[in-house]
Amino acid sequence: MTRYVLQRIVLVIPVLFGVSLAAFMMSHLVPGDPVAVMLGETATKEDYDNLREQLGLNDPLWQQYGRYVYHAVQGDFGTSIRSKQPVLDEIMARFPSTLTLTICACVTAAVVGITLGVLAATSKRSGVDGLIMTFALLGVSMPAFWSGILLILLFGLKLGWLPIAGSGWRALILPTITLAAPAAAVLARMTRSSMLDVLGQDFVRTARAKGLRDRIVVYRHVLRNALVPVITIVGIQFGALLGGAVIVESVFSRPGLGRYTITAIEQRDFPQIQGIVLFAAAIYVFVNLAVDLMYAVIDPRIRYR
Amino acid sequence: MSSVTQAALRPADLAAAESHARNRYADAFRKLRSRPMAMIGAVIILLFIAMALMAPILAPYDPTDISRDRRAAPTMEHPFGTDELGRDVLSRIIYGSRVSLRVGLIAVSIALVCGAILGISAAYFGGWFDGTVMRIMDVMLAFPGILLAIAIIAILGPSLSNAMIAIGIEAIPVYTRTARASTLTVKELEYVVGAKALGSSSGRIIFRHILPNITTPLIVLATVGVAGSILTAAGLSYLGLGAQPPTAEWGAMLSSSRSYLRDSWWMATFPGMAIVLVVLSLNLFGDGLRDILDPRMRR
Repeated sequence: MTRYVLQRIVLVIPVLFGVSLAAFMMSHLVPGDPVAVMLGETATKEDYDNLREQLGLNDPLWQQYGRYVYHAVQGDFGTSIRSKQPVLDEIMARFPSTLTLTICACVTAAVVGITLGVLAATSKRSGVDGLIMTFALLGVSMPAFWSGILLILLFGLKLGWLPIAGSGWRALILPTITLAAPAAAVLARMTRSSMLDVLGQDFVRTARAKGLRDRIVVYRHVLRNALVPVITIVGIQFGALLGGAVIVESVFSRPGLGRYTITAIEQRDFPQIQGIVLFAAAIYVFVNLAVDLMYAVIDPRIRYR
Repeated sequence: MSSVTQAALRPADLAAAESHARNRYADAFRKLRSRPMAMIGAVIILLFIAMALMAPILAPYDPTDISRDRRAAPTMEHPFGTDELGRDVLSRIIYGSRVSLRVGLIAVSIALVCGAILGISAAYFGGWFDGTVMRIMDVMLAFPGILLAIAIIAILGPSLSNAMIAIGIEAIPVYTRTARASTLTVKELEYVVGAKALGSSSGRIIFRHILPNITTPLIVLATVGVAGSILTAAGLSYLGLGAQPPTAEWGAMLSSSRSYLRDSWWMATFPGMAIVLVVLSLNLFGDGLRDILDPRMRR
């Protein structure tokens, strides 16, 4: 177990190295002179020289990268060009809102998706199965920015049941549903197919043959085994949700990393963009690491491989 | 060496091989016809393709023509109403199908070609090359969801063609992994080992022996991939990072409808329906295709 955990942690290092390299290279990959692009057309020669010096662009590339990583691991993601604020402070001020939305959506998607998947699998080829799978297909085909607009139209404007903007938990309901729907659909499909896989295995037939009640077979034998691959998908979906929050925040005009990202791109504020990229990827890498470790706790086969 | 094998292949053999390949696709098509949902999907996609091709004939108005009839509710004149600049929503949806289908196809082509080349060569050559390619793919997969595409657009600048490139690059790892996994299985098969023993070049083995035998999972992936790319592209345009005004694009239309939800529901409803219809049809067709071509996945 310890060996597996260590192995898995060591594997994170090259990925983080690559991510930091990618974030660092972003400003260098911009077609044309990054400094001129960042400053816009109104900048003077003095501004230009100052920014080049401030960004350390006159040093060799490997030195710049070394300095970038050295600062980043200490929590210094650089300073925004427009707001002159430390990028990490700006990100941390907006992250709680985005994280709350992402976690709420992730939990909702997991509960709804897995429940529907189990229901569909246990009633295979019936009306219930068909209905659930139709909803799941609709869920993966519906863009969040449209389902969000429809929810605003129906529950916000027509019925007036829920607020369409603002703070507080009631304002979180519609964005959560919007963000969770596609993930719940993916999880329902995954759970169903994983359940059907396990239902066809020998030990299930044995459990049935020895006269166990159907409920016990399904919940104690099948579900526990079927959920193992589903947990990985929940981890992957967390990333999709974190990315999708950018769009949902924009639909519901919620302040968070989403709007921060869009403004950063519109203003070509590269320290901000690089900070977001590095931050989001690091969070996602660690979430997946946590999922993998959880996986080992649940499934002994992985631990002892 | 190759002259020997070519001489051994009589025209009759070639014809037989060709008809065998044709039979395989005819067979797949026959099976597809017995799946009503997949067929419905296929028909709707064909209708959208026809709509995109005949947009100038079908659209009642020019998609960028501004009129004084602003935010007019649906009438006989404007079946889907008009937008905030008085442009006909139906005409914009019809022209929008050109944008969405093109983005979907081009983005998937980029991902498919790059992913297949990388995946096959990684599996075929192995060693440090395999390791390097797969580590790069790991890094690309470390970006959550749509964020890699957004980061690429941040570098290239917001535009429709850059969105296509960004979506294409973002999808490369999935195709690379699939192509690599399939190649790993195929390259150990006897006929590939045999071809190698006979001295065939790597290029010949890859293109003649490996590629034709790993297309099935890639085709299935690409069909569903077009649906995903259309969704992502519309999302990027919604955020203002894809199609720029006055281009008629479904995601961008939804974005501008956002300010007029209270009294102009048609501006938001119809473009969204178009997106769902296309994406749903592609998913239905892709699911059917997967069931037929990949029996292991059948449920």
